[in-house]
Amino acid sequence: MKVRLADIAHARSGDKGDTANVGVIALRREWYDLIARELTERRVADHFRGVITGAVQRYELPNLAALNFLLHGALDGGGTLSLKTDAQGKVFSTALLRMVLDVPDAEARSLALPVAS
Amino acid sequence: MKQVVRVAAGQGFWGDWLEAPRRQVEGGPVDYLMLDYLAEVTMSILQKQKERDPRMGYARDFLGAIESVLPAIVERGVRVIANAGGVNPVACAQAVRELAAAKGAGGKVRIGIVTGDDLLPRIDELVTHGHVLANMDTGEPLETVRDRVLSANAYIGSTPIVEALSRGAQVVVTGRSTDTALTMAPLRHEFGWAADAWDKLAAGIVAGHIIECGAQCSGGNCLIDWRDIPDLANVGYPIVNANPDGTFEISKHPGTGGRISVPSVTEQLVYEMGDPHAYITPDVVADFTTIKLESAGPDRVRVFGIGGRPPTDKLKVSIAYRAGFKAVGTLVYSWPEALDKAQLADRVLRERLDRLGLRFDKVMTEFVGASATHGPLAGLPNGDLPEVQLRFGVRGEDRAAVERFTREIAPLVLNGPPSVTGFAGGRPKVEEIVAYWPALIDKTEVQTAVEVIA
Repeated sequence: MKVRLADIAHARSGDKGDTANVGVIALRREWYDLIARELTERRVADHFRGVITGAVQRYELPNLAALNFLLHGALDGGGTLSLKTDAQGKVFSTALLRMVLDVPDAEARSLALPVAS
Repeated sequence: MKQVVRVAAGQGFWGDWLEAPRRQVEGGPVDYLMLDYLAEVTMSILQKQKERDPRMGYARDFLGAIESVLPAIVERGVRVIANAGGVNPVACAQAVRELAAAKGAGGKVRIGIVTGDDLLPRIDELVTHGHVLANMDTGEPLETVRDRVLSANAYIGSTPIVEALSRGAQVVVTGRSTDTALTMAPLRHEFGWAADAWDKLAAGIVAGHIIECGAQCSGGNCLIDWRDIPDLANVGYPIVNANPDGTFEISKHPGTGGRISVPSVTEQLVYEMGDPHAYITPDVVADFTTIKLESAGPDRVRVFGIGGRPPTDKLKVSIAYRAGFKAVGTLVYSWPEALDKAQLADRVLRERLDRLGLRFDKVMTEFVGASATHGPLAGLPNGDLPEVQLRFGVRGEDRAAVERFTREIAPLVLNGPPSVTGFAGGRPKVEEIVAYWPALIDKTEVQTAVEVIA
């Protein structure tokens, strides 16, 4: 079953130099494990291929039902150097939420996940 | 000892809502007003201003904020802590003193001044003595940009602010204090937290992190349920209600808009986060994976469980240096086939810059309305867009080349693709780039000082 990350999580992003950070927060605590399983460093790096030039690092915050991703080489040099509209990485949050997850039907039902239309 | 200390955030950055400080002291009881003015490259802007006029170099907005809250300071004893001093805390404090006198409160406001963060005058001495000040991101030694350095300030912690408060300062002005120290210092002062009470200090840091961006934890820039956040026009800025044991609640004044909830506070907690296990400050290393949040009623969130450990023996240094020039020009193309027209204009412009022999370190095109913020993730546009903005930027060391580029935008209106508009702003401006160079220095090299004037 296809599930849009935007339907099961919210997010905020910001910058540190040329690195953008995206904090992804499960909309319901019981969805955190699924999100933590699906959003691997590799999966997120694939998602941002062609958008960032560096590696992806992931940190877990189960206490907040959140993951924190560092996207290196995301901001064309960062801060004042950057020519980008989003020089401070403010909307990498919603860019990550564009991801669509493949979830086994039974699991999606048992977690009452919203189904992508 | 007070059982609850209330620290209100009134400014999340230089340029934040001018109404907020006054609303925070008039909307209900608060003990402290915390104003954060400094971002990464703000110090260099202020340094340039100080070079032109030695009485400048601080956040001028701060004077307006002080004027708007002066009755609360004088009559109700609300104390103000701000890093508005920039590269000239002394001049900032003197300006506050003059303002107070002009408003009939001469001699009634004790002003604490925290100095010692400014390393610019010592930069050569430091480098000579073996401090490499390597860029924390790239590892390069400062030597590579030494002749282009504009400012260098150590991020300092809460200790000198605590000292200023204990010496009776009602307004404390600092330079490059960390944002979080501005909130933690009054808690340390009021509750007498020891310098090695790691969990409590970490709690103060987390409290500071939650409110340092003003309304960004109380409904501003909040993604979750954004349509339903009430009355943003009247948004309430956050208040920390702290207890001696290191627990605290985030609230806002009654009757204000916005929202404080576990999700709105969580969004702010993850903002600009690095390794959550190690949020490093000069006072303590806070562990964000220990933070517990729970609802404590409408627009009220309780925060508890926070753990901390001893800090490192280094301070982070914020260095700013000249890094070339840039300019960005825009044109708007309209339906039909707006994106195709903008793409053709981009190709024409690139060919012309090429033929002129102009060389840049970076040339970047964005199509605003199609893919500027999410790039290829946005996919192909859905239908024939009503309009697309071509946004074209260049960056390089050669100011003349960047200048020449700015003259190539306007001609496209008459000699490029059709249906073009939106050139009312005139020729793009050439901007000198001041870039950020984060480094570390031994704590023992930085001595802060506190002075209190009235």
